[in-house]
Amino acid sequence: MLPEIGHFALVLALVVAIVQSVFPILGAATNNAQWIALAKPTARAQLLCLIVSFACLTASFLISDFSVLYVASNSNTLMPTIYKVSAVWGAHEGSLLLWVLILAVWAYLVSVFSKGISAVMLARVLSVMGMIGVGFLLFTLMTSNPFERLFPIPLEGKTLNPLLQDPGLAIHPPMLYMGYVGFSVAFAFAIAAMLGGKLDAAWARWARPWTNIAWVFLTIGIALGSWWAYYELGWGGWWFWDPVENASLMPWLVGTALIHSLAVTEKRAAFKSWTVLLAIFAFSLSLLGTFLVRSGVLTSVHAFASDPERGLFILIFLILVVGSSLLLYAFRAPKLKSTGTFDLVSREMGLLVNNIALIAMTVTVLLGTLYPLFVDSLGGGKISVGPPYFNTLSIPLGAVLASAMGFGLFLRWKKDKPERVFSKVRWVLLVALVTAFLVPILLMDFFDIKAVLGVFLASWVSLTALLWVQEQGRSPFKLPLAVWGASIAHIGFAVMVAGITLTSVYSTEKDVRLVQGQNYEMSGYSFLFNGVKEIQGPNYIAQRGEIVVTRGSESIVTLHPEKRNYGQDTMPMTEAGIDGGFFRDLFVALGEPLGNDAWSVRIYHKPVVNWVWLGAALMSLGGLFAAFDKRYRRVRRREEKPVVQQPTKSDVKEAVA
Amino acid sequence: MTARQKRIVFIILGLCAVAGSSVMITKAMQSNLAYLYAPETVLAGEVPENKLIRVGGLVKKGSLKRSDTSLDLSFVLTDNRGNEVTVTYDRILPDLFKEEQSAVVRGKLNSDKVMIAEEVLAKHDAEYMPEELKDVLKKEHAPAPDKTTEVTY
Repeated sequence: MLPEIGHFALVLALVVAIVQSVFPILGAATNNAQWIALAKPTARAQLLCLIVSFACLTASFLISDFSVLYVASNSNTLMPTIYKVSAVWGAHEGSLLLWVLILAVWAYLVSVFSKGISAVMLARVLSVMGMIGVGFLLFTLMTSNPFERLFPIPLEGKTLNPLLQDPGLAIHPPMLYMGYVGFSVAFAFAIAAMLGGKLDAAWARWARPWTNIAWVFLTIGIALGSWWAYYELGWGGWWFWDPVENASLMPWLVGTALIHSLAVTEKRAAFKSWTVLLAIFAFSLSLLGTFLVRSGVLTSVHAFASDPERGLFILIFLILVVGSSLLLYAFRAPKLKSTGTFDLVSREMGLLVNNIALIAMTVTVLLGTLYPLFVDSLGGGKISVGPPYFNTLSIPLGAVLASAMGFGLFLRWKKDKPERVFSKVRWVLLVALVTAFLVPILLMDFFDIKAVLGVFLASWVSLTALLWVQEQGRSPFKLPLAVWGASIAHIGFAVMVAGITLTSVYSTEKDVRLVQGQNYEMSGYSFLFNGVKEIQGPNYIAQRGEIVVTRGSESIVTLHPEKRNYGQDTMPMTEAGIDGGFFRDLFVALGEPLGNDAWSVRIYHKPVVNWVWLGAALMSLGGLFAAFDKRYRRVRRREEKPVVQQPTKSDVKEAVA
Repeated sequence: MTARQKRIVFIILGLCAVAGSSVMITKAMQSNLAYLYAPETVLAGEVPENKLIRVGGLVKKGSLKRSDTSLDLSFVLTDNRGNEVTVTYDRILPDLFKEEQSAVVRGKLNSDKVMIAEEVLAKHDAEYMPEELKDVLKKEHAPAPDKTTEVTY
């Protein structure tokens, strides 16, 4: 019964979505107030239908209803409850349902927090989101229905991909989807604004907090994925330039550019058409990401479910979305006159450099990811693009970005004097240079020019961000949240740059053969291998190793790396033993038994690797602060009551920020 | 500066940025592309030596040999037509690496046509052979060994 209710609710959601995508937008075009008024109730009804549908699927998993094909393929009675729940989105069908559910949540939130938006604009925005919903609901119902029945009913289900049986990965897809789908809000605002023919500062101001929140989720999602790869794949790497990773990085890069470009459009009425284009691209790349991951066109280390027919559907949908929005853009863009002019030395210029660097990175990643597909389809052979390609290009681009970040904060809008900015930051420049040379010489094992560059950029970005907060000349508690947000996000970027550089340069990674009782020395630590025992987990059997780590006479930690087998023909899983810390991680993972009590073992010493994720966490926090700045709320109130207000202190602040 | 001069400066800077990044991307791409070859092509001498390439095939039964004192190992990649390429490797093999299963090896070919592997990939999917590998093996005149229907060989 439950699956039928769920299926019915899904069909109902499609019907509601069709109404939502047709009538409000037509109403806006023909000035039909009744049709316009349909926008909010349909958006809410759609969310309700999808919640019911999603709850039915979740319930089917919880009661292990193996008459549902999707449940039987991804769950069994032995699995812990948390993984029964996360199995709902653990494979293709359910993850699509999650996708549309999240889209409905965003549309609902837009309908609730829309007090300052005119009813016509809101109708257009919700209609556009409805159209995206129609596309994905059709896709779900036609190619990947999660409620399909299975007969005869098996007594026991299969199992969730063991790789996904992990808390980090249980919440990774929802976070990532919140980010991907969140960019649909900025996209819908951009389309709606173009349809209305009024691309003023207002649409940018509305889109800003939404874009920030979507970006925060995407940042957390990517960071969780990278962290999971680090401790779960057992290779000790945290970024592989794998096509699936790249697919999530591209919308992030464009989203970051969009956040900065929206600021210019709102404050200075410049970059107008560029910002619209970025909003279109950020969401299109999110769709492309979904396509790349779901279609199986990519040979990836973690291309899970794949089916060419599904790929074709998303590809057509992608072409429709990108094509129609670019067409609309082609008609409207000539009318978008950016009124704000600026000089070569100005904050606009700083943000332009930021945008160029980020877009160049996106193009780099896009080419590296798609070029092999392209060559293959032309019959040019099977090629792969190795990580060095991405590294070679992202280092100089990252350096340009980081250099601009420091100056950018201090630049004035419209026109500034280079001498003025330089006089403010020259001490920071000096301190950053000294730090850059001292850190590798005093704290690290050897001198390396890449480390110098990385530490220099990291100190430069973080110190300028701090100095900038201090420059505001107010008590830290009275500063607008947006100032804190920008500063924290920049510091987060700096921490990440430092983490990436130092861990890349100074990590020691060894694969060794160890016999029980044998010792291995690395970076001052001694690793004693005490053999392997078999243990029984809730739904797996594991080979559990014991490695005692000491430094001199000081005992550090005892690590227990595992090799797990979840049965049912699934692949064995490597569970690394990690002693994490602020300054270094010790990472050990079991390879395979080599006979005679010997095992192959990975032993890694990775300095400051956690800074990579710490940096991402800080960036997310910064984005969150900026999104909740109170001026977005105040602006709404002001538009409700068009009363002339006295300019307040924070208005002056806005002009600066 | 007049508005016109300013625009010219902007355009020149923009062109420089585009040109610079195109050159960088092309160069980086050229030095980091790795083609995938089948054992037959390697034996035919059509594959450059000492250049980063990938070789894919099936791991020959009984060919995995390990050193008793270190991690050094070697195995043979084959198709189902008797073309064999020896691979040497000194790190930990991936979890899914098994004899009689497919594997893709990234590394360089030495002058004795032995593949010195930097990385061994066995796909993160227990059921299928990677699509691209299936294609490459298929190209060499004979049907690709399809794991799902194959019983013995």
